[in-house]
Amino acid sequence: MPENIIVEQSLKCTHCGENCAEETILVNGKSFCCEGCKLVYEILDENNLCTYYNLNNRPGISQKNQPKNRYGYLRDAALREKLISFSDGEKTTVNFRVPQVHCSSCIWLLENMSKLNKGIISSRVNFLKKEVSILFMEKEIQLAEVAELLANIGYPPEINLADEQAIKSKKDYSRWYKIGVAGFCFGNIMLLSFPEYLTGRSVLEPSFKLLFGYLNIALSLPVFFYSAAEFFKSAFYSLRQKFINIDVPIALGIAVMFIRSVTEIVLQTGPGYMDSMAALVFLMLVGRWFQNQTYHTLSFERDYKSYFPVAVTLLKNEEEQSIPLSKLKPGNRILVRNNEIIPADAVLLSGDANIDYSFVTGESQPVKITKGSTVFAGGKQCGSAIKVEVIKNVSQSYLTELWNNEIFSATDKEKHEPLINIISKYFTVAIILIAVGSALWWLPSDLHKALDAFTAVLIIACPCALALSSPFTLGHIVRVFGKNGFYLKNAAVVESIAKTTHLVFDKTGTITVAGGSQVVYEGDELNSQELIALKSLFSQSSHPLSAAIAQSIKAGEQASISSFSELAGKGIRGVSGEMEIKAGSAAFAGAVDNGNVKSSRVYVNINGRYKGVFSLNIQYREGLKEMLRTLSSEYELALVSGDNASEEKTLSTIFPVGSVLRFNYSPQDKLDFVKHLQSNRNKVLMVGDGLNDAGALKQSDTGISVSNNLNNFSPACDAILEGSNFQKLPLLIAYAKKSSVIIGISLVISLLYNAVGLSFAVQGLLSPVFAAVLMPLSSITVVAFVTVSVRVMAGRRGL
Amino acid sequence: MSAIFLLIGISLVVAVGFLIAFLWAVKTNQYEDDYTPSVRMLFNDTPPDNNEPTKPE
Repeated sequence: MPENIIVEQSLKCTHCGENCAEETILVNGKSFCCEGCKLVYEILDENNLCTYYNLNNRPGISQKNQPKNRYGYLRDAALREKLISFSDGEKTTVNFRVPQVHCSSCIWLLENMSKLNKGIISSRVNFLKKEVSILFMEKEIQLAEVAELLANIGYPPEINLADEQAIKSKKDYSRWYKIGVAGFCFGNIMLLSFPEYLTGRSVLEPSFKLLFGYLNIALSLPVFFYSAAEFFKSAFYSLRQKFINIDVPIALGIAVMFIRSVTEIVLQTGPGYMDSMAALVFLMLVGRWFQNQTYHTLSFERDYKSYFPVAVTLLKNEEEQSIPLSKLKPGNRILVRNNEIIPADAVLLSGDANIDYSFVTGESQPVKITKGSTVFAGGKQCGSAIKVEVIKNVSQSYLTELWNNEIFSATDKEKHEPLINIISKYFTVAIILIAVGSALWWLPSDLHKALDAFTAVLIIACPCALALSSPFTLGHIVRVFGKNGFYLKNAAVVESIAKTTHLVFDKTGTITVAGGSQVVYEGDELNSQELIALKSLFSQSSHPLSAAIAQSIKAGEQASISSFSELAGKGIRGVSGEMEIKAGSAAFAGAVDNGNVKSSRVYVNINGRYKGVFSLNIQYREGLKEMLRTLSSEYELALVSGDNASEEKTLSTIFPVGSVLRFNYSPQDKLDFVKHLQSNRNKVLMVGDGLNDAGALKQSDTGISVSNNLNNFSPACDAILEGSNFQKLPLLIAYAKKSSVIIGISLVISLLYNAVGLSFAVQGLLSPVFAAVLMPLSSITVVAFVTVSVRVMAGRRGL
Repeated sequence: MSAIFLLIGISLVVAVGFLIAFLWAVKTNQYEDDYTPSVRMLFNDTPPDNNEPTKPE
């Protein structure tokens, strides 16, 4: 048969279906492409679980190149606490995220895990969420072993502690219950009130009227006391804090309708408004749910998709390699240089660790760490470079949290008060006054109308859409920025970018690229020992010039460097063996500066004697000139550089006429320069590399740090821009400016809804139910408008 | 007309039944995952070992 021939020519792995190109392992007449796939098959075969291969053809995932994750850290009691969702001392439930799940065979295998280990009682898969929930006996099998078992059968669980907590909190269904109860009562009350809608009051027999009335009261009790409880609670808490939030008018409206209806029915003066009350609560709850859902999507995107462009230096076979933070795995060994941040919890392998935990704890005194101890994510190394082995996954949300730590928000930056709070303060008070006013106006002539007007005003004026417009627009813009390699600390940064009047640039590493520059050494010849010492010294620092020089020196070995220090704006120094080395500016290294050279120069001084100078040809970023020209039409530009004025001539041709160029600026000078601009009420956007201009970045209204494939995650900045996207800066700023237009229009839309609704409501022409329909409708309009307009604007700019 | 009393009573009982069914469904996580159960019900309890693959080579 022809099929047989094809099969023989290219053997496919029984487990994963890939071609067995490199090697073929035969077991029981079945072929496997690698040891890993064979191992999984053997485990399944031993336990009579080969149905796995019958349900789907070759359902496995190739075990080639699968990193062997280690789960030993799950033995830690505190970690276990965080992961497990339930435990009664014997039986424990845990939820794992298993991204590898992809077909019905996966479901079958994972749900038959109890056959692999007696300790596992049962397991359930949620295919859509790619989660497996496992119930197991902790006496028989430990949590870490469960994770290892999963990994062994080809489904290594992805463990992220921030995630796990999210999984747990999602199990709150009270909103669903509330919506269900409200919907049920609303439907039945409406049914019972139906005769009232059709005709006048006289058709129904009084006995029916009474029965329907009391049934309505009975049905409205769960709505009022259960479903609507959250509005009352929220209103009560806000009033206790002498503050009126948006729930106060809503709670007031519901309460008035309920009490009024009960009195009408009991005194038999009318049919009441229980249908309106129930409909109102139902629709409001649905509206809240919708709003939460939108917020949730936004935060989800932020946490999972906007990985910072921060890179880490991976050590592999003694070679240094730059990899993105997102690729960092437990077990990796990385190099952490002076002033770099430790991206994930790790164990110290070698080097003098002097960790500054001020980002985490606020305590700025560095802590000495001994070899073999753990260093924690968020700490900053001060001193020579250290080697560490990562033991935990990088938690993106944890780093974002650190970034948003209050320590780094400049104290004098005005705090953005959430729009919803400002609205609540004045808006709600005004609305209550209008409601009371219109009720009083109608009261003498028409009691029914007065009540309608009162409640309709309270409901229609709910500023949900108003409050939604700003965070939703900004959230979308943050996402578009993230796609373009521009990462913001939080949404408020968009607003501060939009207000910019002055742009201040740093030179080295910001408008220049260090990577492509050629390094030339002039001066006394250096012997091999000195070369090794110099290479080692330069590789301690993360400054772009240091990195470029370290790369250029061809010396295989590494010498240990002691008493290393980096003086911002001056240079670096350290001791290697007998040599005390200083490298940096001319003055720092005790050399004479001959100004007129078109290069950045790093002077070297060994044991107090000037040795020579490394000069690097400066390469400006592509499209810099055009970019600056575009920017100069709208903004004042300035350049502050710590280097000498040798480049002034070139720079003055690149920078448009009228730009301020300043040289020989220390970090303090840069900060003062920004301060000076701000004192004239200018809004300053500073672009730097986050190393010797951290102070200025923090001082400026918006501090952007340009990342060049080096770990210079500086929490002092407000945004990180990938170096490769540098020329997009004018587009990005212009886009941020448009955000205020979008917010403005969506505010107008929601105000329009409110204004039109209010004008009908005060005349008593609007029923409260209609108001309750209109309200979520305005939120939906705003959300749709923002989503579409943000996309269109981004598309038009090619972002 | 007294039949209406009875009918309303019955209709309410039926409606409450549906409400309870809804609450029960939410509580037992049936809204969490609406795909996996459709696959799960097709698995045999004791799989025959020499089963033909579902898809031909």
